[in-house]
Order: sequence, then C-alpha cells, then structure tokens
Amino acid sequence: MQDISVSELKVIANDLRKKVVTMIYKAKSGHPGGSLSAAEFVTAAYFREMNIDPADPKWPDRDRFVLSKGHVCPIQYAALATKGYFEESVLDTLRKEGSILQGHPDMKKCPGIDISTGSLGQGFACGAGMALAGKRQGRDYRVFVVLGDGELDEGEIWEAANVCNKYALDNVVVFVDWNNLQLDGTCDQVMPLLDIGAKFESFGFEVWNIDGNDMQQVVDALDEIRERKNGKPKCIVGKTVKGKGVSYMENQVGWHGTAPNEEQYKQAMLELNGGAV
Amino acid sequence: MSLIATRDGFGDEIVALGKENKNIFVVDADIGKSCKTGAFMKALPEQHINVGIAEQSAAGVAAGLATCGIIPFVVTYAAFGSMRMVEMIRQEACYPNLNVKIACSHGGVTPANDGASHQCIEDMGILSTIPNMTVIMPADYNSARKLVRAAAGKYGPVYLRFTRDAIPEIYGPDEQFEIGKAKQLRDGSDAAIIANGDTVRLAIEAAEVLEAEGVKVRVLDMHTVKPLDVEAVTAAIEDCGKIVTVEDHNIINGLGAAVACVAADLGKGQVKRIGIQDQFGQSAPYERLLAMNGITTENIVVTVKAML
Repeated sequence: MQDISVSELKVIANDLRKKVVTMIYKAKSGHPGGSLSAAEFVTAAYFREMNIDPADPKWPDRDRFVLSKGHVCPIQYAALATKGYFEESVLDTLRKEGSILQGHPDMKKCPGIDISTGSLGQGFACGAGMALAGKRQGRDYRVFVVLGDGELDEGEIWEAANVCNKYALDNVVVFVDWNNLQLDGTCDQVMPLLDIGAKFESFGFEVWNIDGNDMQQVVDALDEIRERKNGKPKCIVGKTVKGKGVSYMENQVGWHGTAPNEEQYKQAMLELNGGAV
Repeated sequence: MSLIATRDGFGDEIVALGKENKNIFVVDADIGKSCKTGAFMKALPEQHINVGIAEQSAAGVAAGLATCGIIPFVVTYAAFGSMRMVEMIRQEACYPNLNVKIACSHGGVTPANDGASHQCIEDMGILSTIPNMTVIMPADYNSARKLVRAAAGKYGPVYLRFTRDAIPEIYGPDEQFEIGKAKQLRDGSDAAIIANGDTVRLAIEAAEVLEAEGVKVRVLDMHTVKPLDVEAVTAAIEDCGKIVTVEDHNIINGLGAAVACVAADLGKGQVKRIGIQDQFGQSAPYERLLAMNGITTENIVVTVKAML
C-alpha cells in the first residue's frame, strides 16, 4: 500500500480519464463509457492499494489485477503507462497494428497485464486460480478483479464465485462496476440483476455497497478489506455512472463502444480540464 | 494380451508426476473418480482442486494457476473438456499460450452404453483448429503413461484423450514416445494404415490378416494429431502410395482429414478414411458402435485390398 491522499487520487483519476478519452479519440474506436465508470477503483488499486513493481511486472509476489471486463482496457492502459510500465507515448498506438495495446488486454504483449481477457465472464475464474495458487504456494499477494455488471449474466462468473468461497480465497477483491448499462440497453432491460450485493453475500463473500465513483468511499472500503484475513472473499459493489466525467457520455448507452469525433473530443477535454460543462 | 483403459494410464502417471513435481496440479470437475484421479486426490490433496460440475471455471482456474507457474491438468470427459469449455480454452489457455493441460476420458464411442451425449466424436477436430494447441490420443495404457509425462514436460496447452473402455496393451513399459512423432508398428510398402487411439489395435490386426494374404502394409500409430508427423505421413505416401486412416472420431476434421491434407499438399497418394460417419451414436456395445461406422478389422482389410 502506498501513502497517498484521496485528493491526490482524485487528480490521478481525472488524468487517467483524459488519457482514456485521448487514446480512444486517436484510435477512432474503443469503449469509453465503461472505462470512465471504473476510473476511481482502477486508480485506487494501482496508485494506493496494490503491491506492484512496474520495473518487474512478473514479480511472483506482486498483487494481480484482472480486468474481467477487458473491453475497458483503456483505463488500465492509462494506469499502467502512468505507473511507468511503458512510455506514455505508447498510448497513442491503441488498437493499431503491431501495438502492445490490443483492443482487449493481451498478457503476452503488454507488460503489467496479468491475464488476457476480452471474452466476458472469463477473467474472474482466472483470478480465482491466481488466488488459489497464492494460497497453495504460501504467497501473500492479493488478486483484484474488476467485473462489469453486464458480465454477471454469464454463468461462469458464479462458478468462479463458488471457487472463491470453497477455497476461502480472502485474497480476492472483486469490484463490480455497476453502471447499469450494457450494450443493448440498461441491465434491467437486458437481464435484471436484482441485488448484486445480496447475490455475492449468498455466495459467501463479504460485501461493501458503495458509490463507486466516490474516491473516499472506494478508499475506505479498500482500507477495511485490507485487514480482513478471515477466509472470506471480498466484493465491492460500486454504483457508478457510465461515461463518468464527460457530460454528454454520462448514462448514455450509445457511448459503450463509440469514439468521440474532434468536436466531442475537445468538449470532453475541456470538461476534464475543469472547464464549462 | 491384457486389457486396460487408457484413462487408467493417465490416473497412474499423474500420481507419479505429482509426487515428482509439486507444481503438477489436477483440477477436477466432479468426475475425478471416473477419470481416475482418485489416487492423486488421496496422495496429493494440496495439489488437487475440485471446482464442481463447472467445466468453464475449471478451465479459467487452470489458466490462472498456470500464470503462477503451476502445471494444471483439467480432468473431465472429452465431450465436456472439448466443447463445454472450448472458448475458455481458446481465450485463456491457447491465446496466451499458457501451460494448461486438458486430460479427458471417454473419448470417441468408448462411453458406449452412456449414449451419444457422452460419446465424443468431435473433440480432436475442434481442439486442433485452435492455434498453440497440441492434440494427442494414446493407443494403450503404456503409451498413455508416456504421453502424459511428455505432455507435462512440453510447455503450452495440450489436449489428451483417453478411452473409458479397456483396450489391449500394445507397448511394453519401456517403449519411448515423443509428441508429434508417429510410432511405426510394422513396415511394408503395399499400403499404409495410419491409426490412433483405440483403433491402432484394429490396424495391427488388419495388417496381420493382410500379411497372411501376401499384402505387406506399414502401420503407424499417429498418437499426435496436432502437430501431425508430416514427415512420417509423407514417407508413407512416397513409399506406399495407398493410405488408409482409422480413427474413433468423426471422419471430418480428424486424423484422416489431417493425413488427406498432407497428400493434397504433396499432390500424391491416395487416402481412404475410416472413422465415425458424421453421425451421432446411441447406447450400444462399444464394438457394435465401431462396426456401425465400419471401424472393424474386416473393413480395414477390405478397404486396403480395394485400393491395391
């Protein structure tokens, strides 16, 4: 864990949002909505909570980060570049031929990616496997898993939750980015999720229901979780706003997988730089 | 000749491997006893995981373990190991080229009386089309043991397919096997029979019958479907010209198709494929199911003679 204040984390989260919008604008494709909604958790994990070394991305005792909703990799790429895993100029190569920054995360190409993801519902089980390996090998690391709300439709998510419970994986921290929008519409329209926190509780998790875009609440939840080595896996259900930080993207299902044009890009940067909304 | 299922070869070898290397893990999906991991479970509980009847997470958990230096063997039946979790194998094992092994009993029609849901005739074709994957079906107990060991020692994803039913032993315990290298069981230049898995025994019997009639055929045990031993197939085409393939798998996308592709690329040789005739099975005796598809010693003999 690193000593950094909530106000400093907020500044970093805003910077990552600017990188996300810029990257997707330059790539002319990508997924801004879910990248922006997850910014607070990704920032708190990478810049405060996780025990990692950008100079040694394969360090066996490092904390792992699994972006199960792999399509929002721009927010993870922004965090990795800012941490120094690779040059920030590489962000301009997102989704371009030969880039280490594939459209969905590729662990063989990009340093700092602990597992390749992109097919929804699959990353969680991989994270459970990493956590189980840590337990069996007597290593102290933790595994941070970011799940989208929409991918909770996938049965494999709940299979993986069972594994976390059975093997007492208290070294797993799941963050559900509950922005309530998926590709075809709201979660309620596509497949009602009911009470996500109650579902995870019934699978044996300790659950924190928070505002996932409130950095103080994210940090407080992570502070509480850190000390709780009690055999129970952890889940933070973060209510978030898809497209958070860019007014015209907020809560708009159309900004799931669309790149801004030049005018929209300028407006987004103006807002993220503290200008008029 | 004693009879024993190749799933027993897997079960015995995986225990030996696990005792030698604490990074060898078994990931079961509630059919471990049937797939012969019971001894492993008992002897090496710290290297054993059972995720329940949940093959998809079995594959995902295995991929996660593999990123941490563990060599997981995901164990289930071929139908589930190749199809229920195929996309997890593709995305989380093959795409990142992780050291995940999929070890499946109940290959082909060997789960005979269980019926079509449990028989698996598509698996080797499906897995062969995924980049980075190696696909193996041993022909007997001893070769199963040797190829399981070889798979553990080869980095990358490997799919291993075993029989539920007992089949004759072909090899002694000291026979050596290399992944991707066919075993030549008999030599001859009139024709070649290329078989794998539980049909190798039929190929040997057919060669004996043919020899009594003055026809000398080469017999290859092509235990590795991918990467195919193209050199051995090419030599068989060059030396014999006539090739009959035999497999307990759909004739589409299996061993016969792979061999036929080599002949097509060479622009030489004639290939006849014996295998499952693109049809589902039913609950019936194992040998009957093979016979319904022409997978018999007699049909191999007839097919070879018709080509001469």
